Amino acid sequence: MHSSWWLSALLVVPLLGAAGALLVRRTGRAYVVALTSAGVELVLSIVVASMYNPHVPGMGTFDFATRHVLSAPFGLAYDVSLDGISLLMVVLTALVVFVALAGARERRREASFVTWMLLLTSATMGSFLAHDLLEFFIFFEFTLVPCYFIIAQWGGAERARAALKFFVYTFTGSAFLFAGLLYLGFEHQHQSGGALTFAYGALAGTTLTHSASVWLFVAFAVAFAVKAPLWPLHTWSPLTYAEAPTAGSIELSALLAKLGTYGMIRFAVGLFPGALASVRPVVLTLAVISILYGSLVACATPDLKRLIAYSSLAQMGFIMLGVMAGSKIALVGAVLLMFNHGVITIGFFLIIGFLEQRRGTFTIRDLRGLQGPAPVMAALFTVVMLASIGLPGLSGFISEYFILIGAFATHAWWAAVATLGVAGSAAYLLWAYQRVFHGSSDETNAQVPDATNRERWVLVPVVVLVVALGVFPRPIIDRITPSVTQLVAHVEPAGLLK
Amino acid sequence: MTVLVPSIHYLALLPIFIFFGAALVLMVASALSAKSFSLRLATSTTVLASVAVLVVNVAQWSYVAHHGATTTIAHALVFDDFSVVATAVIAASMLLSALVGHDWALRERVVGVDYHVLALAASAGAMVMVQANDLIVIFLGLEMLSLGLYVLVAFDRHRAASSEAALKYFLLGGFASAIFIYGAALVYGATGSTNVSSIAYFLGQNVLLRPGLLYAGGALLLIGFAFKVAAVPFHAWSPDVYQGAPTPVTGFMASIVKVGAFAALIRVLLSALGTQMDTWRPILWVLVALTSLLGASVALVQRDVKRLLAYSSINQAGFMLLGVWSANVRGVAGTLFYVMTYAPVVIATFAIVTVVGGVGDEHHALEHYRGLARRQPWLGAALTVLLLSQLGAPLTVGFYAKYSVLVAALDAGGGALALIALLSAAIAAYFYLRFALTLYEESDDDASHVAVPRASAVVITIGVIFTVLFGLWPGPLATWAQHATLLFLP
Repeated sequence: MHSSWWLSALLVVPLLGAAGALLVRRTGRAYVVALTSAGVELVLSIVVASMYNPHVPGMGTFDFATRHVLSAPFGLAYDVSLDGISLLMVVLTALVVFVALAGARERRREASFVTWMLLLTSATMGSFLAHDLLEFFIFFEFTLVPCYFIIAQWGGAERARAALKFFVYTFTGSAFLFAGLLYLGFEHQHQSGGALTFAYGALAGTTLTHSASVWLFVAFAVAFAVKAPLWPLHTWSPLTYAEAPTAGSIELSALLAKLGTYGMIRFAVGLFPGALASVRPVVLTLAVISILYGSLVACATPDLKRLIAYSSLAQMGFIMLGVMAGSKIALVGAVLLMFNHGVITIGFFLIIGFLEQRRGTFTIRDLRGLQGPAPVMAALFTVVMLASIGLPGLSGFISEYFILIGAFATHAWWAAVATLGVAGSAAYLLWAYQRVFHGSSDETNAQVPDATNRERWVLVPVVVLVVALGVFPRPIIDRITPSVTQLVAHVEPAGLLK
Repeated sequence: MTVLVPSIHYLALLPIFIFFGAALVLMVASALSAKSFSLRLATSTTVLASVAVLVVNVAQWSYVAHHGATTTIAHALVFDDFSVVATAVIAASMLLSALVGHDWALRERVVGVDYHVLALAASAGAMVMVQANDLIVIFLGLEMLSLGLYVLVAFDRHRAASSEAALKYFLLGGFASAIFIYGAALVYGATGSTNVSSIAYFLGQNVLLRPGLLYAGGALLLIGFAFKVAAVPFHAWSPDVYQGAPTPVTGFMASIVKVGAFAALIRVLLSALGTQMDTWRPILWVLVALTSLLGASVALVQRDVKRLLAYSSINQAGFMLLGVWSANVRGVAGTLFYVMTYAPVVIATFAIVTVVGGVGDEHHALEHYRGLARRQPWLGAALTVLLLSQLGAPLTVGFYAKYSVLVAALDAGGGALALIALLSAAIAAYFYLRFALTLYEESDDDASHVAVPRASAVVITIGVIFTVLFGLWPGPLATWAQHATLLFLP
């Protein structure tokens, strides 16, 4: 087993960067410090990913594990480890913050901005690394604080309302999670007669009655469905995604949304397999509704940023479908889509942010005929868009394909309806593309400059990644499969393995 | 005829002696010295006395660990880990408040040592309360604490609001004390003793056929305490007094009074009236629900920071009461942990309010905080951290404070009450965040920098380090709180 210091380093590097940025204060230098620490973090996460060994004896597929009890009366512990699923999320976290800082530089009061961003990175990293329910909750909940300040200070015109709505929704959702985890902790303590603990492994062994596990699943799922978001708890997301600054939208949609689906996989499904039979139809239905509803509203929305927000809702629906389908291949697809959707969303929000800098608006009607003046931007948008639609050869395809074939095998009706969503995404994205880039540009739009060198340097790697993951997803699939296999074997004793 | 002198355990009394001694020495020295007594010397004396008490607390802790808990002076005082920990919290709070008060006194040109003498005496009163094992002794401590505070609240002679607040506090506090002592008398009538252990023993051995007298007495005691901790509906004085009092005194009240009152409340309700749990818990349920919800919701509309923090402290008192309501080891440890962690945070918060208040102690509108974090990033960041801790944000010590009492309440079967408290925390989160956000907003006018004197800066730094350090690693504090509770609960 590898040393857990690697994971502690992943937690600490952004904190050091934040402290450094605060100490330096000077706008330009703080940015350099932050970008450097984000870069170190990214390298570190890739090193960890390449070192990861899924076959540590006695650890399941977990590696880098350590556990230190911080407070016995509280049942609080520092407990980190990594498996194939969290590994991918860790890399995504580091990637998102690096690209967001590099591509969506915020020049107003930059030192504070990068400090909040790096704090957010550390908290997100902690949520993905935590192998203890209470520790996860603490990090999960703490992500709200930097997010709130980023949206409320650097957001658009309605930033105050958006930040508050975001905070109230997620905070309320978390209250259910909190109540559920305390109940589970006590239940485990009463059964074991030992000390209060929230260690993942220990809690997974708790015997629960059917109704208790259903209630707990629901409590957990509410918190995660708000975060993801899943219909009908999504109503905060369009406003918040649209009002947040570009870097904030990237963080929220590419990364923090994944906390919801990750929590669903790891905790709701992983801890309460007994509830799955009862709740599965409901969650699958909500997932399918999210797909269709997101696609439909995306067609109708006049605002480009909101369009991506609704398309995210549809994509999160796909992920939930894969998570709940009860099939190994669908779950592999879901984890893969969590990563791919992250990368694709970075691309979308970056380009939209660049357009907004040039034209000062997100309204589709005002952006017209941009292909002429900005061909490179249009080309890059095309690739990202096609990946999101699920064109074979690009990263979106393989993950959606896995999810759908897995779901067809186990829940054919839901999968059949969900497939409409693929057509839907083609419709709203192509139509939006047509309206934004085609047509004749008016005078202002004709003056729009093409992507600058700096923007190309940020966007091109993202697009390359989109293509590379579409052509050669093997290294990633190899890393997630052992963990997914184990999880499915744990939660589906009836042998739904397909 | 011989006079029976009860045995006195001097180690147990040492903290009280030190504080009273320091107060006396200061008073006499300032009376004897020809020139006006140096403020620096007075503050140093207070700080030294507080450090001495903390050192004594360490010795006491190990003494109790070896010899077990005991009572002294004819069972009037109790010497256990609970009182040791609570005393240490009072001493630490006194130390921090003295530093804040020092800078404030320099700025407001308050001469003389009276401020420190009164604060030391009031703290000694709070120490008597946490050690008391007798209703009369609790009353003694309460009065010592209150009398000092009445004068401290009126200490700002340049502001009429200060005297007005003191008068309000004095009148209502006098009522509360009278109600308390009346309750003690009724409990004596019902049980034949004012001693906490004897009451508990009596009620354990006998079933009262007509418990009316006891209930009336218990209710009056509870009202007395509810007034002191500003529990709704006995809270009306607190916003006015918090606002009117000199700001360092407000911080002093929010920390030390809560420690003393909650320690004594726990002893009375859980030790003396522990057998009557089924009677007082429903009443406390209502108090917790009202206190947490009303504190949080009324704070939403406050435009004055001191009033806002007064209502926030009412909300926090609701959480502390939640631990008492739980009436189990976890709950008491939770309340102790809560006051232990709340005290430094709230003192540091009021230290910032003091420095922002400026000469005359008058800049307390929310408007004065607009853009503070832009002008003075460190001060703004510190206040943000302290507010987040009071909000209960994860990775700050305030999270564990709320966590510890909520866990206890759930353990005691109080799911609904925990949910109410959690709801109030959500409401409170709104005004804490709005306050924090104000710090980062653009201010129209070029407001001047606020000067942060050295002693205040030390207090603020300690508060922030405390918040973050124990927010990451609450282990030792939680262990002390739990350890302190195990010995004294049955």
